[in-house]
Amino acid sequence: MRHLLSTKDLTREEAIAILDVAEDMADVAGREVKKLPALRGKTVVNLFFEDSTRTRISFEAAAKRLSADVINFSAKGSSVSKGESLKDTAQTLAAMGADAVVIRHQASGGPSVLAQSGWIDAGIVNAGDGTHEHPTQALLDAFTIRRRLHGGGARGRDLDGISVTIVGDILHSRVARSNVWLLTTLGARVHLVAPATLVPIGIGDWPVTVGYDLDAAIAAKPDVVMMLRIQGERMHAAYFPNAREYSRQWGLDDERLAHLPAASLVMHPGPMNRGLEISSKAADSAQSTVLEQVANGVSIRMAVLYLLLSGTAEL
Amino acid sequence: MTARLVLQSADITRALTRISHEILESNRGASDLVLLGIPTRGIVLARRIGEILDSIEPGSGTVGFLDVTMYRDDLSRNPTRAPSPTQIPAGGIDGKTVVLVDDVLYSGRTIRAALDALNDIGRPRAVRLAALVDRGHRELPIRADFVGKNLPTAATERINVRLVEVDGVDEITIEGE
Amino acid sequence: MTFLIQGATLPDGTTTDLLVDGGVITETGSSLSANGATVIDANGLTALPGLVDLHTHLREPGFEQSETVLTGSRAAAIGGFTSVFAMANTSPVSDTAGVVEQVASLGTEHGYVTVRPIGAVTTGLAGKALSEIGAMAGSRAKVRVFSDDGICVSDPLLMRRALEYVKTFDGVIAQHSQDPRLTEGAQMNEGALSSELGLAGWPAVAEESIIARDVLLAQHVGARLHVCHISTAGSVDVIRWAKARGIDVTAEVTPHHLLLTEQLVRGYDSRFKVNPPLRREEDVLALREALADGTIDIVATDHAPHPLEAKECAWDEAANGMVGLESALSVVQAAMVDTGLLSFADVARVLSSKPAEIGRLAGYSTAFGIGDHANFTLYDPTVSREFSVDQLHGKSVNSPYLSRTLPGQVIATIHDGYATVLDGELVDAATVAASAGAARG
Repeated sequence: MRHLLSTKDLTREEAIAILDVAEDMADVAGREVKKLPALRGKTVVNLFFEDSTRTRISFEAAAKRLSADVINFSAKGSSVSKGESLKDTAQTLAAMGADAVVIRHQASGGPSVLAQSGWIDAGIVNAGDGTHEHPTQALLDAFTIRRRLHGGGARGRDLDGISVTIVGDILHSRVARSNVWLLTTLGARVHLVAPATLVPIGIGDWPVTVGYDLDAAIAAKPDVVMMLRIQGERMHAAYFPNAREYSRQWGLDDERLAHLPAASLVMHPGPMNRGLEISSKAADSAQSTVLEQVANGVSIRMAVLYLLLSGTAEL
Repeated sequence: MTARLVLQSADITRALTRISHEILESNRGASDLVLLGIPTRGIVLARRIGEILDSIEPGSGTVGFLDVTMYRDDLSRNPTRAPSPTQIPAGGIDGKTVVLVDDVLYSGRTIRAALDALNDIGRPRAVRLAALVDRGHRELPIRADFVGKNLPTAATERINVRLVEVDGVDEITIEGE
Repeated sequence: MTFLIQGATLPDGTTTDLLVDGGVITETGSSLSANGATVIDANGLTALPGLVDLHTHLREPGFEQSETVLTGSRAAAIGGFTSVFAMANTSPVSDTAGVVEQVASLGTEHGYVTVRPIGAVTTGLAGKALSEIGAMAGSRAKVRVFSDDGICVSDPLLMRRALEYVKTFDGVIAQHSQDPRLTEGAQMNEGALSSELGLAGWPAVAEESIIARDVLLAQHVGARLHVCHISTAGSVDVIRWAKARGIDVTAEVTPHHLLLTEQLVRGYDSRFKVNPPLRREEDVLALREALADGTIDIVATDHAPHPLEAKECAWDEAANGMVGLESALSVVQAAMVDTGLLSFADVARVLSSKPAEIGRLAGYSTAFGIGDHANFTLYDPTVSREFSVDQLHGKSVNSPYLSRTLPGQVIATIHDGYATVLDGELVDAATVAASAGAARG
């Protein structure tokens, strides 16, 4: 695998392969020495133009567990915020010998531009670009679902027949997009719930069903409910009147949690707005996978870095 | 390419039986023994040896498997390799005598990687190596403690180990000029 | 300077020789004698009247890193143009007689094409107060077209006043139709693809609603309106409706909107980022049909040069625009002539006589008659080439056609009776400037 830019481009076989390698990586966390020497001598650069402590730390932990060297480059206070272009930054990193660049960029397509540019020879991992994709998030979400459902027998399996309902700001969510492509590739049925203002135009072409009613979606007994974070800025752009109305209509509150089958999973990519899109009780319930998602994130990112960096460079 | 049959099913069984007895003899019994097979066929052999040990001294055949992909020294020189699972038996390896089991001992690099992997998992009291075939051409100072068959070969030749559980038949052949 | 053009095929299909002397066509017929004239063998070549671009960005003054009047004129000449109308979004903005006279005289001095500056509708393009339209109209630049292009005149009252006021000077407002509130932060056409790619959408209704409002305003005050770069099927419908009611509106379409669709945005290559954005296949087909049936009156390039660093970045950060002077005729041939929708006589109309009429540029209503000004281009429609940077002659290389195979090549361009392009190459600047000086007498 040369780059990981999107889940749209992953075949079912490729996706399952990544999830399976992540199983092996997860086992490392249980050992006395939580390190593997596989990427010794390789340099991974975290190039974060957008703030994100959580994702960056996750990638850093993943790289270090594989014995790679990590360099963190965040936009605030760096030459980038002073006007250095993506091109110059990339060429500087290339000159410093980066083998992989994990990039989070505020513009959709930023990692693609970097990967096609020829400015740097490294493997590129998209850690989130604008409202476009966040592939490792979707992979860790799929991994979490698979593990919860099949435990130790998860290796080699897809998500055939699993129903997943994603709720929230679909329009602006890269997590939603990456999940839609990956979950459907793995055989799951995806249903989206949002106010009409937050449903993207042309959603009819996506391999999903769409509804505005969260209660109806819960009554259909989905195997997984995935809540997306609502951002404050959206209220100022008139996508919905205020937080209270949003929460009343589309929040996973205690009552809706009670109507959810006990075996259904409650997921959230984090960080959560407790009380807005998800109640504390739901977030802390036994059905909630929020903490596992974080742990699984490291395993998935270890798998991705391993697949990108070990082996001969493909042409 | 002609393939010469060097060991048949019965030969393999006899070799494994002898290895099992040798393991018990050198360990002065079965206490604190852990067999770890190296994927893929090493796992099969470890299981078989474990069964034989169990038949001699019940409860002595503690078997697991140890994937060494991440510890190989040639990761950048070959296409990306997918790792296999590692399973360490419940008692762990600290203070145990670990017997690594592999089908063919050749350059010794796989065993070097296995030793590094063991190092990150725990601290065994001792590590021994059981190989079904030793074909020579060591590149590192590594030797097997228990050998099924010594098969000196030319570097251009290929040794093929086939086992029923994986390949449907038990046989060892040599291919080459 | 005299030229004998031998065996050129005119837009109406007839073949003729042309004798050019003293800036006009002095003789037509067959087997004309040279008598010392420079002979140009035009056998197999199509003669078109000098192309007139009603919508070009020459960037000077203020943005000379992207283009200057000289480099832009050269790009125009190699594209077969003999006149360009230069948009007002320069720095300083072309909102006073001083700036427009400067731009016009630079054009005259360099001599490659006749440069007609376009005046801004509002001072500083700020959309608040009318600029000195009268002064610009009365200046040596004789401005007749006024536009805030790049920005929409969105205030309805201001647009009404502008439409009324330019009537005083036989002027026309050329509107860049884009409702600013519906397109804040917009990056590409709004639709299924923009949703997939995660790029903020530029909905078609933001263009169509402004056109609808403007044609009704133009009708109400009895003024001329020109609509720049229309890009959607819906806009075509509005224009058609307006013309059927007798509203005095003209419309232009760019070559790229006749050929390229939004699918090119996949891959985030910002060479395809333009305003208005590339749209769907249905829109391309509707625009072609409308150009063929006259609902759209002209083709104009919206030539928009940008330096490398404005395009070598993430999509959101990239500048909008494509260069188009050098490729315009080839793209029109590929999209309209080779598909049977337009003849070369129609091409002469949409790329020369009609834009000249809208811009009130004299001398282009007839082209190849005796006594007509000698402004024409000789074009070989039979060649086919992979478009490359070598064919770009402005300062910038942000073309969406690089590596695409396009038909046709301009072999010669005659401007005011002297050559700006010969044997498929630009004539050097010193010679052209000298010829221009001599032609002025």
